Amino acid sequence: MIKTPIYLDNNATTQMDPRVLEAMLPYFTEKFGNAASRNHPYGWVAEEGVDYAREQVAKLIGANEKEIIFTSGATESDNLAIKGVYEMYKDKGNHIITLTTEHKAVLDACKHIEKLGANVTYLDVESDGLVDLKKLEAAMTPETILVAIMYANNEIGVIQPVKQISAIAHKFGALFFTDAVQAVGKIPVNVIEDGIDLLALSGHKMYGPKGVGALYVRRKNPRVKVTSQMDGGGHERGMRSGTLNVPGIVGLGKACELCIDEMETEAKRLSVLRDKLENSLNELEESYVNGNINHRLPHTANISFKYVEGEGLMMAMKDMAVSSGSACTSASLEPSYVLKSLGLSDDLAHSSIRFGLGRFTTEEEVDFAIENTKKAVLHLRELSPLWEMFKEGIDLDSIAWAAH
Amino acid sequence: MAYSDKVIDHYSNPRNVGTLDKSKKSVGTGLVGAPECGDVMRLQIEVDENHVITDAKFKTFGCGSAIASSSLATEWLKGKSIDNALEIDNMDIVEELALPPVKIHCSVLAEDAIKSAINDYRAKNGLPLFELEKSHH
Repeated sequence: MIKTPIYLDNNATTQMDPRVLEAMLPYFTEKFGNAASRNHPYGWVAEEGVDYAREQVAKLIGANEKEIIFTSGATESDNLAIKGVYEMYKDKGNHIITLTTEHKAVLDACKHIEKLGANVTYLDVESDGLVDLKKLEAAMTPETILVAIMYANNEIGVIQPVKQISAIAHKFGALFFTDAVQAVGKIPVNVIEDGIDLLALSGHKMYGPKGVGALYVRRKNPRVKVTSQMDGGGHERGMRSGTLNVPGIVGLGKACELCIDEMETEAKRLSVLRDKLENSLNELEESYVNGNINHRLPHTANISFKYVEGEGLMMAMKDMAVSSGSACTSASLEPSYVLKSLGLSDDLAHSSIRFGLGRFTTEEEVDFAIENTKKAVLHLRELSPLWEMFKEGIDLDSIAWAAH
Repeated sequence: MAYSDKVIDHYSNPRNVGTLDKSKKSVGTGLVGAPECGDVMRLQIEVDENHVITDAKFKTFGCGSAIASSSLATEWLKGKSIDNALEIDNMDIVEELALPPVKIHCSVLAEDAIKSAINDYRAKNGLPLFELEKSHH
């Protein structure tokens, strides 16, 4: 028997691995010290825990432990990277390049610095979700100080060509920041090989705790600095003040260690399950996989089922926890901006479902998901006037719809 | 967001799903909404010589609340005269289905679909059309 609703929303958050919890527990109770207390063993024990975690995080991304700044999560890391680089380097230039498909934490941090005088280019992606390197290069100027492009997209899972992106950024003397929240711990990420200057990661996306993340800030070739966005006691080499979240940090470290050990086998297992899910659902007429299928995270599938609406579909999929690109509320009738950036029509964006598999997903659950999704799509198509019209050969674009 | 039991009931067991022959003079069809907005409703009524609605069918592309609103509308329409049917107000649907504020537009769409179907029937039968209120949602 499987427990429903089955969880297939691992791009939103992941269940914490019990081994992570076990590592964290002593740091809530007997090892409760402040990692900044230098004068007694309570502080030293906490600091040791933090130092070890810093090594584990660094190892996962091929960095040096001195290059890891702990934060409250990826939103803070994104803000610190973008605002911090802008403040630190604005005398050198005020131009920043990012993508329209970035996470809101990146886009809104960019909007913020625009108000402070930054000039931000929001590059469109191609229809497969990837950036066109020629367009990126053409957008670079002598004023460009930062290229901020995500490693892998949260909605469609496409992996950007980060090596080539960093080479272009460096050719123009700009830094390269990547929001790697969806990639770290899932696929190999190496800051040296990939030429990354700053990188954001998050605990809860890789089976660690919520409320903790990190920003990698390169120390050599070049030495990168960011202006602190949180002032205070000068923790984290002055880049992020605030008493360290020791249990969270220890948990993040443990989560990274588990990913180092298990990522490779896990990625293979998940890609087999994901392909099974995707191929089976693709047997349904008029279903479309969104995003480049060759450069993609192993555990993510984003599929549009034409002529059914995503939110209605999710209601029929009530035994599954998934997410939709549709947002049928009066507050926001707009479907996913990421899917729209791929050039998807609004109706296809409204019809999309994201499946995010994870460490605890079983084949039995995937089989259940296939069967139930198919049933839900067929049920809703029975109810759909658009499906009926499509079946009758009526061109939906020929109808004068009353947009409301 | 949690759906009310009534929405879930109409969504899981929708009443009167289907298609009436729109070429018939006795059938009025209303097609409202737009695919790019995420909801399209098609509501059809069959009317007898006394202008009483004898059958109603719907198909809806949209969220659970949109499906439930149109399903409920078809139930309410049957047996009503086309004049009485015009009195169905979207707020009655909101109340019956306990729709939250973000889903009120679904009930508005259902009201629009009713009026549009009745007008289609009136046009086919040489009856004067009534003014459709322009809804904003």
